[in-house]
Amino acid sequence: MYEEDIAVYDSRRPPEPAYQHTRPTTEPRWIKWTLIGIGVSFMALVIVLPLVLVFVEAFRKGAEVYFKAFTDRNAIAAIQLTLLVAAIAVPLNLIFGVAAAWAIAKYRFWGKSFLVTLIDLPFSISPVVSGMVYVLLFGAQGLIGPWLRSNDIEIIFAVPGIVLATIFVTFPFIARELIPLMQDQGTTDEEAALSLGATGWQTFFRVTLPNIKWGLLYGVLLCNARAMGEFGAVSVVSGHIRGKTDTMPLHIEILYNEYNFAGAFAVASLLAMLALVTLIVKTVLEFRYGDELAGTRSH
Amino acid sequence: MDIRVENVLKEFSRYPALDDVSLEIKSGELIALLGPSGSGKTTLLRLIAGLERPTAGRIFFGDEDASSKSVQQRNVGFVFQAYALFRNMTVLENISFGLKVRPRATRPPRAEIKKRAMELLDLVQLSGLDARYPQQLSGGQRQRVALARALAIEPRVLLLDEPFGALDAQVRKELRKWLREIHDKTGHTTVFVTHDQEEALELADRLVVMSQGKIEQVGSPDTVYDTPNSPFVFGFIGESSRLPVEIDNGELWVGGRAIGLTSGETPKGNALLYFRPHDVELVPEGAALAGVVVASRRVGGTRRVELEIGGNPERVEIDLPFDHPAGEKTRIAFKPKRWRLFPTA
Ligand SMILES: Nc1ncnc2c1ncn2[C@@H]1O[C@H](COP(=O)(O)OP(=O)(O)O)[C@@H](O)[C@H]1O
Ligand SMILES: [Mg+2]
Repeated sequence: MYEEDIAVYDSRRPPEPAYQHTRPTTEPRWIKWTLIGIGVSFMALVIVLPLVLVFVEAFRKGAEVYFKAFTDRNAIAAIQLTLLVAAIAVPLNLIFGVAAAWAIAKYRFWGKSFLVTLIDLPFSISPVVSGMVYVLLFGAQGLIGPWLRSNDIEIIFAVPGIVLATIFVTFPFIARELIPLMQDQGTTDEEAALSLGATGWQTFFRVTLPNIKWGLLYGVLLCNARAMGEFGAVSVVSGHIRGKTDTMPLHIEILYNEYNFAGAFAVASLLAMLALVTLIVKTVLEFRYGDELAGTRSH
Repeated sequence: MDIRVENVLKEFSRYPALDDVSLEIKSGELIALLGPSGSGKTTLLRLIAGLERPTAGRIFFGDEDASSKSVQQRNVGFVFQAYALFRNMTVLENISFGLKVRPRATRPPRAEIKKRAMELLDLVQLSGLDARYPQQLSGGQRQRVALARALAIEPRVLLLDEPFGALDAQVRKELRKWLREIHDKTGHTTVFVTHDQEEALELADRLVVMSQGKIEQVGSPDTVYDTPNSPFVFGFIGESSRLPVEIDNGELWVGGRAIGLTSGETPKGNALLYFRPHDVELVPEGAALAGVVVASRRVGGTRRVELEIGGNPERVEIDLPFDHPAGEKTRIAFKPKRWRLFPTA
């Protein structure tokens, strides 16, 4: 490494001496810096700049206008709905995710690899399609739509549909985080607890859960960020009823389409802050508990 | 607690890991399951513990059929190969775990649990380390904690899977002695798995030699060492040399020469002669095994030489005093003092 530095920058030495040590993976310096340069400017252009612009736009007309945007009845309703959806979807996915990861990591059964593929489905399918599936299922012309209507159950264009679509889209986050982690840890800790007389529940709460807690928190964090930010699937099933079925991302779009930029960016800045907080906590988790997080290794 | 394993069969995806295994373990004894890797030792131990269900056969704890009992109900102390200490708990919490998870009716008061855990910590000579986490301990210390944790539940039987497998030679030796002491002090029926014959011979009251899912021989270390009942056991336990021989006229022949050994009950035909390299005597050339030295090396206090006998492709090893003048190409004649014959089909 040092040899190489000298070889490149010290003009008194002949360039490229035959005995120079270069690691096989070491590229010439200019390639390294070009690559870093491309990466950094790309990030700045595509991620940092828009994020900054969101806040700039939000405050363009001053703090007063900014905060006034949140006193709007519909904005409040959208924020409340988003919080409600996340409050239902995240805990449910927490339970589903832990159960699925547990089944996959700790048992052998027929059809396991199929289940693993299935868990990844929401990642590979377009959110719009996910939303449409629910419309096909529960919509007025849908498979069980008529039955639902005759029983006065509203799903599509109502909160339950939004919750369902959000659960679907965010399902993989927790399960995917836990599966490699739990597979890695194996079952001996659990067997040890059982052999010491612990019941299944005691084993889960005292041994399994502590072993996966950081990975779980990490998964919950990502799941929550996505649950609050999901647009596509929710847009299809929501029906965009202002003050009723608009979540924050949908509300932002409406404001934007109405040329209410200050309002749109004010609400958008909330989502951006959520993203920032998620990013910071995620980084702290990765830094502190990197070896206990499967995600940092497998992603 | 007597333990009886009766005709147990265990299949993993239709391939038998244990094939019709029967074994009686006497109360209070220290018994070793010894065999090469993959011979089914761990499977047998896990079946006794109830961590695995037999495909067929039964397991008795005393007179009680434990086959359908869960691992919790069997009340066994199991020490895992990789310790399996709970990493989120301190040493003290690890040891008290088994008492803390008991239902309220049988759970001792908190102070009592702590007192017992401390006593066990003392027993495994780790006093003062109660507040440490497993990651802060050496391998040997972790193994002791694992043992203390298993002992805390007052198990009916103590089961240890390769307890010293991951430790270096020095620590192994110490822990071996120490396990024997603990066993003698507490009097638990103890079954431990090892692939290290030296460990088994030194530590166990009885050995169970296993190979390919079957029990080859059960007996005291002396019995197994002195009278192995199969070529496998002879080859697996202790040093051994073997030589193909012919049996005719009640005598053993190698390459058309009688070697001065009688065949006893073994029928006429081909057989394998087994003996221990150190259990030989040098004799004048004649009706004896004679060969040419092809290699020689010093092993501790003896010299082990490799002999080629009668152009036989298989060489045999014998031990000589290390100052024996035998060098390369030297011709040596010897007779095994004790030997076994196993007919080949
Ligand atoms: N959970 C399992 N699934 C499939 N095969 C297994 C399992 N456990 C053990 N086996 C097989 O059973 C045989 C015996 O294994 P084991 O009891 O672990 O041997 P040992 O402890 O003597 O090394 C091996 O061939 C092993 O591959
Ligand atoms: Mg094993």
